[in-house]
Amino acid sequence: MSTLTLSHLSPMLPDLFLAVAGMVLLVAGVLRGNESTDFIGRATIFCLAIAAALLIGMEWSRAEILNGMFLLDPFAGFMKLLVIGGLIASVALSMQYLHQDYIVRFEYPVLVLFSGIGMMLMVSAHDMLALYVGLELQSLALYVLAAIRRDHIKSAEAGMKYFVLGAISSGILLFGISLLYGYTGTTNFALLADTLSANMSLGVIIGLVFVLAGIAFKISAVPFHMWTPDVYEGAPTSVTAFFAIVPKVAALALLIRLLFEPFSALQDQWHQIIWFISLASMALGAFSGLVQNNIKRLLAYSSIGNMGYALIGVAAAGEMGITAVVVYLTIYMVMTAGVFGVVLCMRRDGQAVEKIDDLSGLSQNSPALAYALAILMFSLSGIPPLAGFFGKFIIFQAAVESGLYVLAVLGVLTSVVAANYYLRVIKVMFFDDPADKFDSEIAFSRKLIIGFSIFVTLVFILNPSSLVEKSRAAASALFNDSHYVAAESNTDAS
Amino acid sequence: MDFPILSLLTFLPLVGVAFILMIRGDSETVARNSRRTAMFVSSFTFILSFYMLLLFDPKEAGFQFVEKIEWFDALNISYHMGIDGISLFFVMLSTFLTPICVLASWKAVTKRVKEYMIAFLALETFMIGTFCALDAVLFYVFFEGVLLPMFIIIGVWGGPRRVYSAFKFFLYTLLGSVLMLVALLALYLQTGTSDMVTLMENPVARDMQMWLWLAFFASFAVKMPMWPVHTWLPDAHVEAPTAGSVILAGVLLKMGGYGFLRFSLPMFPEATEFFTPMVMWLSVIAIIYTSLVALVQEDMKKLIAYSSVAHMGYVTLGIFTATTQGVEGGIFQMISHGVISAALFLCVGVVYDRLHTREIARYGGLVKNMPKYATIFMILMLGSVGLPGTSGFVGEFLTLLGAFQVDTVIAALATTGVILGAAYMLVLYRRVVFGEQKNKDAAEMTDVDKREFIIFVPLVLMVIWLGVAPSYVMDRVAPAANKLLVNYYAAIGSEMPSNEPIKVELKKHTAKKADDHGDHH
Repeated sequence: MSTLTLSHLSPMLPDLFLAVAGMVLLVAGVLRGNESTDFIGRATIFCLAIAAALLIGMEWSRAEILNGMFLLDPFAGFMKLLVIGGLIASVALSMQYLHQDYIVRFEYPVLVLFSGIGMMLMVSAHDMLALYVGLELQSLALYVLAAIRRDHIKSAEAGMKYFVLGAISSGILLFGISLLYGYTGTTNFALLADTLSANMSLGVIIGLVFVLAGIAFKISAVPFHMWTPDVYEGAPTSVTAFFAIVPKVAALALLIRLLFEPFSALQDQWHQIIWFISLASMALGAFSGLVQNNIKRLLAYSSIGNMGYALIGVAAAGEMGITAVVVYLTIYMVMTAGVFGVVLCMRRDGQAVEKIDDLSGLSQNSPALAYALAILMFSLSGIPPLAGFFGKFIIFQAAVESGLYVLAVLGVLTSVVAANYYLRVIKVMFFDDPADKFDSEIAFSRKLIIGFSIFVTLVFILNPSSLVEKSRAAASALFNDSHYVAAESNTDAS
Repeated sequence: MDFPILSLLTFLPLVGVAFILMIRGDSETVARNSRRTAMFVSSFTFILSFYMLLLFDPKEAGFQFVEKIEWFDALNISYHMGIDGISLFFVMLSTFLTPICVLASWKAVTKRVKEYMIAFLALETFMIGTFCALDAVLFYVFFEGVLLPMFIIIGVWGGPRRVYSAFKFFLYTLLGSVLMLVALLALYLQTGTSDMVTLMENPVARDMQMWLWLAFFASFAVKMPMWPVHTWLPDAHVEAPTAGSVILAGVLLKMGGYGFLRFSLPMFPEATEFFTPMVMWLSVIAIIYTSLVALVQEDMKKLIAYSSVAHMGYVTLGIFTATTQGVEGGIFQMISHGVISAALFLCVGVVYDRLHTREIARYGGLVKNMPKYATIFMILMLGSVGLPGTSGFVGEFLTLLGAFQVDTVIAALATTGVILGAAYMLVLYRRVVFGEQKNKDAAEMTDVDKREFIIFVPLVLMVIWLGVAPSYVMDRVAPAANKLLVNYYAAIGSEMPSNEPIKVELKKHTAKKADDHGDHH
């Protein structure tokens, strides 16, 4: 490569901007101490908004830079936008909580920002090394966030568990990458795709399995889900909200990129794996959720189940399938943000409460919260006319289109099982006698997030097309064969 | 016509919801104004639907008031509404019963009135939408959407076991419906359209039909409900508040029958022909078995709930005879049952409001202290039994007439249901209204008041009017039902059975079509 100019780096402008902003905010925080947390939080949101604006302003046509390490295409662009949106929602939801639970630390928003940069790198990775660096940047920030309430035993336990299991999964992933490198001699996605389509050996398949296992851990798909309920329960609720809203989007984007670019020739092999973990996740998410009493654990199982549904779209493997995944993730993210917004409001006498029974009779104490949560729960169980229905609709449509009838039928059946526990939350809120009232002060930013989430859930039906069109444009980037040619010429040039 | 009357009808109740949401003030004011708003909006919707009935062209067999605008164009799914003779009276039934429900809940519901009225108006939107939708996905959205308000209505304002019943209702129905969703997607992907009119005209291949038919059957049979998946109904009815039972029996059960007429028969004709014996036997079992079960009930609502299952048995029997009389009788039976069972549940509601029990043994001799009530109850009871001159007779008679043309054994067995029906209803009436006044508190109950009387007047009039002059309904139903059957026999390639002189012309027509069809084989 010749000289590195700034214009050369333009596809990664939002990522670079956020990286610089993160470091500036970190320094500012160090200098001004924990009193500046609110300011840092607002500044983080502001910087993320600028990054989103930069991203929207950019052209998303396929561009590879840094020797094919970094890639921007419509798919990456769209997923990054989702990630940034999720980050903004997470920070906005957290700020009041930090004060309430005495974890006012300026590192909090900065760590969220850094993990966000990691996620954006994951989405844009076009090389195994870039992938690993992005993944680790993200994970390390998440480990610290899970344990940020140091004096709280459950939080420390959650952080520890997450760290140990996360480190193992990273090791597995790295082992898979090394196998792939050993058998193909490259870590670049485009070159991997070419090599694998020419010849594949048993070693490559073992490598593929290890890589998939490592990523399945990150999206908490069965059988690599064990950490999820414990970490969701133990981590401070605002961190749980963050875990639920964003990292899975990035990890799933990464998985899709891997499966449809470097591993596209191995579709017969990975298809069975995805089919199985999709079904297993749906089933486990549905059945284990039935016996939970803690709302955070319940949502953990719900998220496992929802990853299962998203994976149906991956298993469907066509352009429609990926479109469906993107639509599903977008809707799921918006709904989850709203759900956690409500869960964060579950406080009595200054203490957070987490039992489902604590929601008893909420519809009489604070009807607005109860209706918000009820709408979101109905939506999560996939009942029309709410947005969640359309997410499931398009996923199952993709499955049927690809002939995955068994997966589609089992998927809808597990969704009925899962509806059971979503309904239970509604039942507790509406049918049971009221318990004590929740603390009533709710920050404006939180109200805004919940309000936005409800609004989208309710009015999505009026114009379902536009999200599908945008997602389709993003998904089609993965199925455009011409990019291999472009990739080769690009590599030659460098 | 440019005036989007169906959309207006469908979404007018939602406008009412918006108004109710805006009501502020102390709880007393909110409750009063919510009731009034709901009453006003639902009455206005009924008046509008009545206007639609007047505009409806009785001779036209196709869809009228059609609206089609782009909605989900990314998947080629459009917002397509329209009604024909089959759906017309279900829309009317929905708009007719909702104001009655609101009025019936005027005093019975005292807690969370605002939410209650919102739930009922939302329910009305979904009900009307279900019967108007001409796009399968849109249909599904409305069809499933009904679950949300109904779940809340049973769960919040229901009886002691309301939670169990609400869950059972929701999950049973959802289980059936999600299978239909998969089938609907398969159908959509097979044909490339979810437009019901197009789908009706182009049935898919026979093998495909079998699976799709079964999946749709899963949904409609639960909704109907058919034996043996009827067990959610008695529970839901018993625990639901009076108005909830009225809507459940009056309209929601009809969605199953409507589904058979809209999807199963026209879209999967060959599968329908294949599965007809099964459905007919299930119907006969439902008629006899649930009638016997109804005989031994001690709970008034449960008894009427079981009688609903039996009456719905006639509907499925009629529809699947695929004869003119059977299908028209099935549709008429649904409309008639919608009015009668709704009114019977209101009758139970009247005494329940006074004594807070539904146990039959706690009443007796009501004729002495409640003569007006006894009279109203008698007319409705006789309607349910199927006495000539009431609407119940027409439906049952026609469906049995249709059944005799197809299978004498089944028809004979089904006819015993008429006797059993008379038995359990008369027993109920005797134990509640006649006899000694054993229970002091029951003997002290006051007769129906003015509000209750106003509620019953239109219902009783409807029962008699439909029984004496069924032709108003029949004239409008006939062209659409006939078209359905003509297409059905054309698709399965056999001759349409007919024994009416007026149908001879059609017979030739069908026979010719059938010959053409036969050539292809």
